[in-house]
Amino acid sequence: MTFAKYMGAATILALTAGAVQAQDLRIGLQEDPDILDPDQSRTFVGRIVYASLCDKLVDITPDLEIIPMLATGWSWSDDGTVLTMDLRDDVVFHDGTPFNAEAVAANIDRSKNLETSRRKSEVSSIESWSVIDEFTIEMTLAAPDATLIAQFADRSGMMLSPTAFNEAGEDFGLSPVCAGPFSFSERIQQDRIVLEKFEDYYRADEIAFDSVTFLPIPDTTVRLANLRAGDLDMLERLAATDVSSVEADAGLQMESATSLGYQGITINVGNGERAENPLGSNATVRQALSLAIDRGALNQVVFEGAFAPGNQPYSPASPWYNASFPVPERDVDAARALLAEAGFADGVTIEVQVANNPVQTQVMQVIQSMAADAGITIELVAKEFATLLSDQSAGDYTASQVGWSGRVDPDGNIHQFMTTGGGINDSKYSSESMDQLLNDARLSTEPAVRGESYDAAIALQQEAMPIVYLYHPVWIWALADSMQDFTPYPDGMIRLHGVSLSE
Amino acid sequence: MLTFLARRIFIAIPTIILISIFVFGLQHLLPGDPILVMAGEERDPQVIEALREKYRLNDPIPVQYLAWVGNAIQGDLGISLRTQQPVLELIGEKLPVTVQLAVMALIIAMVIGIPAGVISAYKKGTWVDWIANVIALSGLSVPNFWLGIMLILLVSVNLGWLPASGYQPLSEDPLQSIRTMLMPAFVLGTALAATLMRHTRSAMLSVLQSDYVRTARAKGMKENTVLIRHALRNALVPVVTVTTLLFGELLAGAVLTEQIFTIPGFGKLVVDAVFNRDYAVVQGIILCTGVAFIAMNILADAAYRVLNPRMTST
Repeated sequence: MTFAKYMGAATILALTAGAVQAQDLRIGLQEDPDILDPDQSRTFVGRIVYASLCDKLVDITPDLEIIPMLATGWSWSDDGTVLTMDLRDDVVFHDGTPFNAEAVAANIDRSKNLETSRRKSEVSSIESWSVIDEFTIEMTLAAPDATLIAQFADRSGMMLSPTAFNEAGEDFGLSPVCAGPFSFSERIQQDRIVLEKFEDYYRADEIAFDSVTFLPIPDTTVRLANLRAGDLDMLERLAATDVSSVEADAGLQMESATSLGYQGITINVGNGERAENPLGSNATVRQALSLAIDRGALNQVVFEGAFAPGNQPYSPASPWYNASFPVPERDVDAARALLAEAGFADGVTIEVQVANNPVQTQVMQVIQSMAADAGITIELVAKEFATLLSDQSAGDYTASQVGWSGRVDPDGNIHQFMTTGGGINDSKYSSESMDQLLNDARLSTEPAVRGESYDAAIALQQEAMPIVYLYHPVWIWALADSMQDFTPYPDGMIRLHGVSLSE
Repeated sequence: MLTFLARRIFIAIPTIILISIFVFGLQHLLPGDPILVMAGEERDPQVIEALREKYRLNDPIPVQYLAWVGNAIQGDLGISLRTQQPVLELIGEKLPVTVQLAVMALIIAMVIGIPAGVISAYKKGTWVDWIANVIALSGLSVPNFWLGIMLILLVSVNLGWLPASGYQPLSEDPLQSIRTMLMPAFVLGTALAATLMRHTRSAMLSVLQSDYVRTARAKGMKENTVLIRHALRNALVPVVTVTTLLFGELLAGAVLTEQIFTIPGFGKLVVDAVFNRDYAVVQGIILCTGVAFIAMNILADAAYRVLNPRMTST
């Protein structure tokens, strides 16, 4: 072969290689997900991966409306105890197993009965289910449960291949098989999760990428540096303190959405002996603490104004927010008056535990100095998160600065925290009227009826204040300028339908 | 040599047993409940109980220990509580990564540290010595994480020469693998280079004053031969000891460096495992690290004998 021919061949090879070069999307994650089995996993970041891997029965719009996904429609019986769902007839799992009512039945069974299923409480209202025909399934509930459909918009609604989970059992997550736009290719723990485009996906024309690689990079500075260096196409959870520098960077763009979750101070009001202190035993002291906090200033100082101040489990932008109780202005005199009324005119000293990361510590330090002005001395105890959680659960705390990642249905953000015996009610707050209101809100599927119950529950909550809500985090995504049509969602997920990368 | 090695290995066994007890005991003294972390935000009591049963956390600690040791002897270190991957497989996956990082860092440290030590000892008291000392001290004093982030900003973001983070296995793409490891290895290596330089310098200083060096010079040998063949070879004995001890520092340094450069190695594995109270992984890693340490010490002793054949009877 002469040199010219050689060069010619090389050029053609190079050109064709360019033409068929696969387009890979690289996304930087803040943490490494846990096991990739929707029935067993627990991390927020795992759900970001599922958004590309596992389609759900239903999905949400950015306005939190529930829309069809694998289910084409659904209806409730008049008494609200029978749910009938119609399913798509053109879906296959990544291993070729057909998706049908039998598959949905097997998935419900797994979520309910797998020994280590973390979804049990989410689908506990389903008592029995039956396959009506190939693409129709019926679920019978013990009592009406308005929250169920929203559960199907998250991990409980993710459909896994029954062939795969029958074979792999609890190890399904090592090589998950679902029905989403991408199929699982490989995972190197703490390094990468690679998904490949699923050619038989029923909405394949909406997917512009041949593969997507998730790279866990915990350090926010390094994650951003990777995006700037072109080693990432986008990243999730940009630090609020980096917002201005991303805005100033012509090569980057930014998207954001207020999350469904919150951060607050959970107060031990009845969880063992340590509840016996001025803060735990006296709602007026808790109200004084809330009034002493300038939530707007807190947001400015720690988050450069990027987050949303809040005083309820729902953000002020949510339709469930009770507008009769707006985010209170700081009022030191009123706080002092409340303390005096509670019999603590000389002030009180309380202990608050906080996770030992810089951001949460800073949040509590700001609150510490604000509270001091009102005569509330806060002693901060920094704990590593796993310890903080077990102390909180065991009642070995006075007050604890923690948060909640948020759920689509309003019930998921209040019921288990405020009802007697609720799974995460670490305050051990208990009130018959609160139980009644929150249980009633589950019974109706009418938003207006539910709204009344929640409004009344929030009014009670503002009085008793077992949790002092502080702010709602805002999900911030930083993207390369070449990314197009990315839509931010309040659940913090990255949905790749319709998203593309310009050359 | 063989009996020496056999004896050292035999003596190491009780040490390994002690390590295993410590690892297990300390881990269980840590506050925080792994199952609460695993159960997720909802913390369903039913699930918590099922998980405790599954991972045998309801058994008394001595029973758990014996079960773990029994399995470990058969090569089964358990499964990760967090991802359900077998611990041995995880270690097998991560070990080559950290070994590559450590070897590259050690090479960088030796290439910088030993010549710098020799030169500064030889030019003692001159400006060359002074500059070498300043560089060495700054290598020691600059924290890894700061240097790492500065390098990422300069070399990756501004100059675009090297990837900012990540990892490519050596077997898949050797060139890219070395490129991704270069910055982290440099960060780790500079701190070690400083220590090596200081030790080489002081060992060289004492050797250069010894009689045999004077004799060698008096014989009219070339200065380079005196320095390298006579002085350096003898000065290297303490340096080898330090280097093997530094291996431990390397692993500790790797914990931070791997976090910054997001290298999926041993250090990152252990940090994440401790935060998640992933008992099986922490125990597996520390046991393996302990064994590796003992092995390194035995190898160091063997290396002394090669460098200085007079050290035979110990």
